[in-house]
Amino acid sequence: MTTRYTPDHEYIRTEGRIGTVGISNYAQEQLGDIVFVELPSVGTAFKKGDEVAVVESVKAASEIYAPVSGTVTEINEALNDDPGLVNSDPAGSGWLFKLELSDDGELDGLLNEAAYAESIA
Amino acid sequence: MTMNRQGRPTSPSDAQMAVSGKAALLPAEPLLFEIGDRDHSGVDLPDIDVPDDRLGGLRRKSPLDLPGLTEPEAMRHYVRLSRRNYSIDAGMYPLGSCTMKHNPRLNEKMARLPGFADVHPLQPVSTVQGALEAMEQLGHWLMELTNTAAVSLSPKAGAHGELCGMMAIKAAHEARGEGHRKIVLVPESAHGTNPATAAFLGYSVRSIDANEHGTVDVEAVKAALSDDVAAIMLTNPNTCGLFEPQIIEIAEAVHEAGAYFYCDGANFNAIMGVVRPGDLGIDAMHINLHKTFSTPHGGGGPGAGPVVLSEALAPFAPVPFLRRDGQTIELVEHAEGGSFGRLTAFHGQMGMYVRALTYMLSHGVDGLAQAARDAVLNANYLKARLEDLFSAPYNGQPVMHEVLFDDTFLKGTGVTTLDFAKAMIDEGLHPMTMYFPLVVSGAMLIEPTESESLQTLDAFVATMRELAEDATNGNVERFTAAPVNAPLRRLDETRAARQPRLKWTAPEAGRAAAQ
Amino acid sequence: MRYLPHSAADRAHMLDAIGTASVDDLFAAVPKSVLGTFVPDLPDYQPEFAVEAHMRALARRNHAAGDGPFFIGAGAYRHHVPATVDHLIQRSEWLTAYTPYQPEISQGTLQMLFEFQTQVANLTGMDVANASMYDGSTATAEAVLMARRITRRNKVFVSGGLHPQYRDTVVTYLSGEEGLECLSPSPEGQGDIMDRIDTDTAAIVIQTPDFYGHIRDVSALAEAAHAKGALLIVVVTEIISLGLLEAPGALGADIVVAEGQSLGNPLTFGGPYVGLLACREKFVRQMPGRLCGETVDTEGERGFVLTLSTREQHIRREKATSNICTNSGLCALAFSIHLSLLGEKGLSRLARLNHARAIALADALAGTGKVEVLNRSFFNELTVRLPVPAAPVVEALAARGILAGVPVSRLEPGRGDVENLLVLAATELTTDADIAALVEGLNGELA
Repeated sequence: MTTRYTPDHEYIRTEGRIGTVGISNYAQEQLGDIVFVELPSVGTAFKKGDEVAVVESVKAASEIYAPVSGTVTEINEALNDDPGLVNSDPAGSGWLFKLELSDDGELDGLLNEAAYAESIA
Repeated sequence: MTMNRQGRPTSPSDAQMAVSGKAALLPAEPLLFEIGDRDHSGVDLPDIDVPDDRLGGLRRKSPLDLPGLTEPEAMRHYVRLSRRNYSIDAGMYPLGSCTMKHNPRLNEKMARLPGFADVHPLQPVSTVQGALEAMEQLGHWLMELTNTAAVSLSPKAGAHGELCGMMAIKAAHEARGEGHRKIVLVPESAHGTNPATAAFLGYSVRSIDANEHGTVDVEAVKAALSDDVAAIMLTNPNTCGLFEPQIIEIAEAVHEAGAYFYCDGANFNAIMGVVRPGDLGIDAMHINLHKTFSTPHGGGGPGAGPVVLSEALAPFAPVPFLRRDGQTIELVEHAEGGSFGRLTAFHGQMGMYVRALTYMLSHGVDGLAQAARDAVLNANYLKARLEDLFSAPYNGQPVMHEVLFDDTFLKGTGVTTLDFAKAMIDEGLHPMTMYFPLVVSGAMLIEPTESESLQTLDAFVATMRELAEDATNGNVERFTAAPVNAPLRRLDETRAARQPRLKWTAPEAGRAAAQ
Repeated sequence: MRYLPHSAADRAHMLDAIGTASVDDLFAAVPKSVLGTFVPDLPDYQPEFAVEAHMRALARRNHAAGDGPFFIGAGAYRHHVPATVDHLIQRSEWLTAYTPYQPEISQGTLQMLFEFQTQVANLTGMDVANASMYDGSTATAEAVLMARRITRRNKVFVSGGLHPQYRDTVVTYLSGEEGLECLSPSPEGQGDIMDRIDTDTAAIVIQTPDFYGHIRDVSALAEAAHAKGALLIVVVTEIISLGLLEAPGALGADIVVAEGQSLGNPLTFGGPYVGLLACREKFVRQMPGRLCGETVDTEGERGFVLTLSTREQHIRREKATSNICTNSGLCALAFSIHLSLLGEKGLSRLARLNHARAIALADALAGTGKVEVLNRSFFNELTVRLPVPAAPVVEALAARGILAGVPVSRLEPGRGDVENLLVLAATELTTDADIAALVEGLNGELA
């Protein structure tokens, strides 16, 4: 299981060909209280960099881009009732959606934990 | 002697001083649905039966659930609610970009004349010549003040006016066979309506950065121009309160590239009667009658956003428009020639036209120019009196009708722009516009308008200085806890957005739904 | 200059504080070539009485609706508005407040909007309503855009019974986009959409009572639309009809838009009016315009705020659901006060009264033997076919002081099939004497 980051603060945690996507702890802190998450439909295919989801705070709406190309296999339904999970547990129960990767090679272009930590320092 | 311990105390105790007077004059008012019921009504109407109705079998069966109030109950409900509102009549409203000026009551009186208020939009035009002439006169004022060739009165608000102007631009490009132009240039400091309008019409928005003085360089515009650019949308004076010094060169460059110049006229108050936007080379500009020409804001509308158009765009104006034939004014209601169509049913905001025209006639062109000059004078006076304590991002130049500060002076104090604004409420002031424009950190945009007297401005300055000093002296709690003197403390906006409750439901129904 | 507080001494003092000699210096950024280099063809300032005389002279040249028999409707209706309404909306705190962006000192406006939203939702039978739109026509256009966003489909069918100027507004809003189909005018109330709905359809738009006055049973249309995943948008131009007619929500509407002018707002030659927009709860995040919601303050006291504003232009900019930046606040207040004064008892009485007056009108017109009433069903408005083109007859009656209705040809020019049609409305203000005068006038003109 490895976690990688985009410079835009999405993370993707991969296990085999399935990647779980969410936003970093730093991002949720910057956004403040999340009040709504708009998630994609299961089965939709996205290319790396496509707009997949929207995370809204009271005063801002932020687009979530696909960190890699793939097809959505699962979305976090719990966020419909409790979008605050993105604040309280971004890396865990506040995940957004899962993707089946279409090209593992794209992971190489992302940041590892240390590089991401450095980018926000 | 014996002490009468039941006697009325004549000085307040500490405990009584701890809270403000909000319970005395500003009691919480229950919702209409909590005080009214289905048997109450404030209107006397005969209770007639219509047994042989012609409703096609669709008589209402579902409940109305609309409580009624008798007249005294209604009067009290709405008067009490009203007292929980700030208003320009009660105090200075220094909202930058909003132009909260005095709303003369003659305007209201004139709008209520039966010859204006009790006239139907689809009466034969022979019966409404006075209304059409009022519209013609308003149009004449707007064209004279802007030196433009045409005016479309029908847009219902500023953003609707933007739509109108940009639709005319789109139609003009299409008529020239240049419908391929898909880009609209918008500076970062623009109102959110500008990019929203451009996107609405299918344009992609390209942002233009301002220079270090807060204005747009003609070179930056030239660099962004191409055969794909349809228009630039520029606010002048801009949202930092500055007149765009290179605006004529920008207009020339835009025209040379085959594009049009949309000017957001939200800040026309600073220059009415002093500078004519048509002389600057603009092609379209909306004018917010509710800002510049004193029609009331009414708690968020109705507005009115007539659009003036250059010679080049005039043929594409929407319907309806007026056409004079000797003594008679015709109303052209159907698109002909290049007109892009109809933006709304009927003819626009007549009630606002009457108010604005009344205001223009009252002020006269000399008075409008004086009002613009006073608005600019007031903003510069505030700047002069505040700039040693507040931080101005674009310093060293006069401003127009509004002055922009940022939150640099609050750095390290633990007080944010929002906190500062809420502390102003405790001092009896309405806050300035905050966090707009987006180009500076923690923006505070202050527009006094010409309506404020020197005395009011001095009192405002004194309060603002005292607050700034207190913030920088570390009295953080006064700000973070504010407001404490308002009818309510700070509201939980997160809760409102996470579990939206957008209408009242009976407590029983609410419980049932929760189960 | 009565609106400007400064004396010459004040201005001099202020210039001194600024450290500049004249106000002209403050306009230094303005190119010299355009600064004060013109003489506008406009008058100078005038005393209040002179302005009032000027405006009164203009107003006098209009025939006010109350000056004689009056039968014009077609999207704007003449009703009695209680005196309390106009008194209240002129209170400073309502009239001269800004948009309630500072909720702590705007609870009056916010609570009123929450009450308004509830009234509109209940009246239309929908889950939620917004804090109002410009008017019914622009609300209709916004509803069409909203349905396209929700369904992610393009095709929209507009019924031939929709108010022609509403239809034209929708056409303009969607100009250049594919998928909009407006069906031919249907003055006989004929159904025209049912068979056309397919799985590419985003929405169908139907008005009831329609432009010609027919009451449309939209429930079958709703079913047909829903079967194909399309949305039903129901348009109501006479909001008082809902005091007597089944709520669109109960008939399967997904979005209801309406013109609210009839409650609280005078005719004023077409505006300002107040657009209503209500929908099912699941669509709320795709709604345009302002929404007010309930919450609490830091001490747990109930209060109201503008909410879900990430949909709006000031945050979302080019990704907003609409460019709309205002609502029709004061008109919404007038609507809400009038409806509070009526309550459901008063509203249903008012609606019955309107319907009864329209029945009297229909029967009187049919009784002339000279015109044909096209409606089997109606609320307070109906269409008649004259033996001759309607427009000249309306002009001739206007010359006799009778405002007889709207010739359909005014809104649908160049169509021979509607040239003889006249749309007439009756309200609680329509008297037997008015109807008698109309009948006499028509008999005279059609002799």
